[in-house]
Amino acid sequence: MSALHRKLLRDLVRLWPQALAIALVMAAGAATLVLGVGAYQSLSETRAAYYERNRFADIFANLTRAPKVFEDEIARIPGVAAVETRIAKIALLDLPDTAEPASAMFVSIPDFHEQRLNLLHLRSGRLPLPGDEHEVVVSEPFAKAHHFGIGAKFQAILNGRKRTLRVVGTGLSPEFIYTLGPGVLMPDDRRFGVVWMGEKALAAAYDLTGAFSSVTLNLTRGASEAAVIERLDGLLTRYGGLGAYGRRDQTSHAFLDAELKQLQAMSRILPPIFLLVAAFLVNMTLSRLIMLEREQIGLLKALGYRSTTVGLHYLEFALAIACVGIAIGLATGTWLGFGLTRLYAEFYRFPFLVFRINTAIYVVAAGITLAAAAVGALKAVRDVVKLPPAVAMSPPAPVIYRRLLPEALYAVLKIPQSLIMVARHLLRWPLRSLSSVFGIALAVSVLVGSLWVFGATEFMIEVTYNRSERQDATISFVHEWPVSALFDAIALPGVMTAEPYRAVPVRIRYGPVERRITITGKPPDTDLSRVLGPGLMPVRLPETGIALSDALAKILGARVGDIVEVELLERNRRTVRLPVTGIIEGYLGLSAYMSLPAVNRLMREGPLISGVHLLYDTDRQDALFRRLKATPVASFIGLQRASLRKFRETLAENLLFMITVYVSLGVIIAFGVVYNFARISLSEQGRELASLRVLGFHKGEVSAILLSELAVLTLLAQPLGWAIGYGFAWAMVQGFNSELYRVPLVVERSVYGWATVIVLMSALVSALVVRRRIDRLDLIEVLKTRE
Amino acid sequence: MSPAAQPALQPSAQQVFRTKDLTKVYVTGDISVQALRGVDFEAAAGEFVVILGPSGSGKSTFLNIIGGLDRATSGEVWFTDHELSRFDDRALTLYRRDHVGFVFQFYNLVPSLTARENVALVTEIARNPMRPEEALGIVGLTERMDHFPAQLSGGEQQRVAIARAIAKRPQVLLCDEPTGALDSATGVLVLEALTQVNAQLGATTLIITHNVAIQDIAHRVVHFGDGRIVSTNVIAERKPASAISW
Repeated sequence: MSALHRKLLRDLVRLWPQALAIALVMAAGAATLVLGVGAYQSLSETRAAYYERNRFADIFANLTRAPKVFEDEIARIPGVAAVETRIAKIALLDLPDTAEPASAMFVSIPDFHEQRLNLLHLRSGRLPLPGDEHEVVVSEPFAKAHHFGIGAKFQAILNGRKRTLRVVGTGLSPEFIYTLGPGVLMPDDRRFGVVWMGEKALAAAYDLTGAFSSVTLNLTRGASEAAVIERLDGLLTRYGGLGAYGRRDQTSHAFLDAELKQLQAMSRILPPIFLLVAAFLVNMTLSRLIMLEREQIGLLKALGYRSTTVGLHYLEFALAIACVGIAIGLATGTWLGFGLTRLYAEFYRFPFLVFRINTAIYVVAAGITLAAAAVGALKAVRDVVKLPPAVAMSPPAPVIYRRLLPEALYAVLKIPQSLIMVARHLLRWPLRSLSSVFGIALAVSVLVGSLWVFGATEFMIEVTYNRSERQDATISFVHEWPVSALFDAIALPGVMTAEPYRAVPVRIRYGPVERRITITGKPPDTDLSRVLGPGLMPVRLPETGIALSDALAKILGARVGDIVEVELLERNRRTVRLPVTGIIEGYLGLSAYMSLPAVNRLMREGPLISGVHLLYDTDRQDALFRRLKATPVASFIGLQRASLRKFRETLAENLLFMITVYVSLGVIIAFGVVYNFARISLSEQGRELASLRVLGFHKGEVSAILLSELAVLTLLAQPLGWAIGYGFAWAMVQGFNSELYRVPLVVERSVYGWATVIVLMSALVSALVVRRRIDRLDLIEVLKTRE
Repeated sequence: MSPAAQPALQPSAQQVFRTKDLTKVYVTGDISVQALRGVDFEAAAGEFVVILGPSGSGKSTFLNIIGGLDRATSGEVWFTDHELSRFDDRALTLYRRDHVGFVFQFYNLVPSLTARENVALVTEIARNPMRPEEALGIVGLTERMDHFPAQLSGGEQQRVAIARAIAKRPQVLLCDEPTGALDSATGVLVLEALTQVNAQLGATTLIITHNVAIQDIAHRVVHFGDGRIVSTNVIAERKPASAISW
């Protein structure tokens, strides 16, 4: 080993705490890159493989009823590669082990030939026998939640008639990777599942023999989805088509897409932050090292070492630290990536897992980290190369300080000399001080930018469940009923209040933009399920016209007073023009609202309702649920409290892990920046601080000088960090927001508070670690040495 | 007032320092070095003592112990009626803070503070300090008090260090090679400042030096050798600092 390499190793060992702090920052950058990209690739590839193997459809459409023979006409649409017609209906279940009513999406599977699209992946058991009215396959998560084995029985109300069903198999489908019941925020495997039944049996149950109510298509390569959708809608209009849609609007695919987008965002935003901080730390540390070793550098050059050789020695120092960081980062990133992908596979119900971290990611992560180290070392190494030997071996010019304020002001303000020392030392190297402030601010911003989402989620819950949807339960009818059904609902055990609603599927158009949505009609004086206006205050729906959700209005580009086109997609199909008479605030989906009488007038069908919202006495909950389970008119019963409980449970499961990860990342940056700054400051001022001890300053007084520097930097970094963190939150909101849901940009004060507390604690710990060195300053040694 | 015109030290002057059988051993791994071997020493209030000796004779170690920077391995160290050898770290710090003025070979000024501010650093923590301007006036630096150390010559920096040391009105002034980094002419200026301060404030002044020429300005010269006091001479006729050169 050459002498220079031996020196390099010894330097690394001697400076191991600083080197490790920098390496950890680099490791965090490499790890988040590998984790984010790795998990994204794994999830993306898993999804792609699953979709391909199980022939996930490209286009979906529901309709009232069309004859099976119509399938051929659909198949003739240019661009269609495969068609599958089926029956798909939501039905109420009566499960033996669940007090609460549950529902399932019933999907038919062909009796005599294989499925063409959305293939059911059998996980256990077998498919139902052709024509058997009782045999079903249930979704695996649903089966697990209810401990259904092969042969288990449960009851379902299919088209108003109760039937006992027997489980003959469990399965998964690419169509239901993320299984949500109508109008709920989070999958609840106990209360909503998927049931596959033989086509003949299901058709008979719903009087759809020889017909279908749902169609899925696959496209040929290069076919235009929009064109096919338009043709399909045209064909299905007379059969009560409710508007075809592509994968983008398919619930399961859309939620998974949103998750993938977040992973991608994480892998793009976090690594550059860490690598930027790491480059700055390398620059700071290497510059100080070179300053201390000036004489040695001059000596090496005088002995005949080439300038580039000496420069390379210091570059190798930075790269060696980077190598340590890369090793830690790649290992951690891989480990976390495994864990995260496994978590996703369980949460999203994949039948298999493709976990393969592309070697390219490792190479990229390592390359970027090395580049960051090299960039950080660039200036310092350049200085080494340019330094003439004679200059290097002579003492450096004394540092020039300046007074910033007039002398008289010092006397008036009576500023202690120790504070003057602090201020002048920080201002003497403004770039270094500012960079340290920025580095600490980034730590704060990482925390603000990651912790805000929890408060925002609470806010969403508050708005949705306490101000808007205040009902305890919602009964969705299989089809519309006269408004007198409301009184039947009120008569149910324990029901204290009931409010009707009407849901009408439409296509809404303004200019060139159109969307398929549901208009919800509510009584003008609604109290349970309210609509919120500006400022999230409840508002009364206008008697006439249509109120749009703010997200829908933004997409359409419509404002109050504009006239929108509304194409009714059910029964009395026609297109009407309605004035926009209100904008409604909300976070879920695209929606529109009208007063219930106005909707009924629009539909020209008299006073009908699609369901009721209930407020009930929880003491009589069991009796109510027993009656609801037996309600033939209901297809789905939403339980807001159960839904909210599930939402919180799922959130809580992930909360601790996520908070630990984010806080760790913030601590790594804060500790790294403060510790390195403190060490360098101590190295520069150690002689002065020891001299003060000799002069009679206590350890605490001397430490306070260094700690004051760190405190100034850390405190200055807070507002900057808050601002940058808010910017991250804003960027995330833009990334999160989709037509499925929006996350409000609500950054609570406590988020800023916690971010500051965590960073302050990290800074304090690193300061106290350095303080021990101050306490151990050799007072005698310092008297004998020139600076 | 020049030293030559001063009355000689009165025999009944108060005893400021006393050491009895002072020993110091440095242990580094397997190696132990005996820096002091049973030193008995006394110094009276107002006395100007020059301590001479070759490198490794123990004179700096001795100064560090009576200055409260280091602890003896055995023996007694008294400052007036306080036994320094029993002081803990905090008590030693207070001792240095309240009673001792230090002057070092390499000045040890804070580079980010002006001359005046360097002196104020000490007066802020002292019990009964003089004003920084007054201390700088004593050493003849009134015109340069708002300059940073980088803007001062070596001699001026050392005089700032002296001003810093005396601003707290210390009972003792301990100087370790105060002229070691200076040329002859500048060194004489520094010695003039020290003798003036000794005469004016009455602080017991101990100066460590290699430079034999300096002994003529002292009341007493103590020779160290091999960790012991080898000899002690009383200077019958002190010379003013301006009369010596090297």
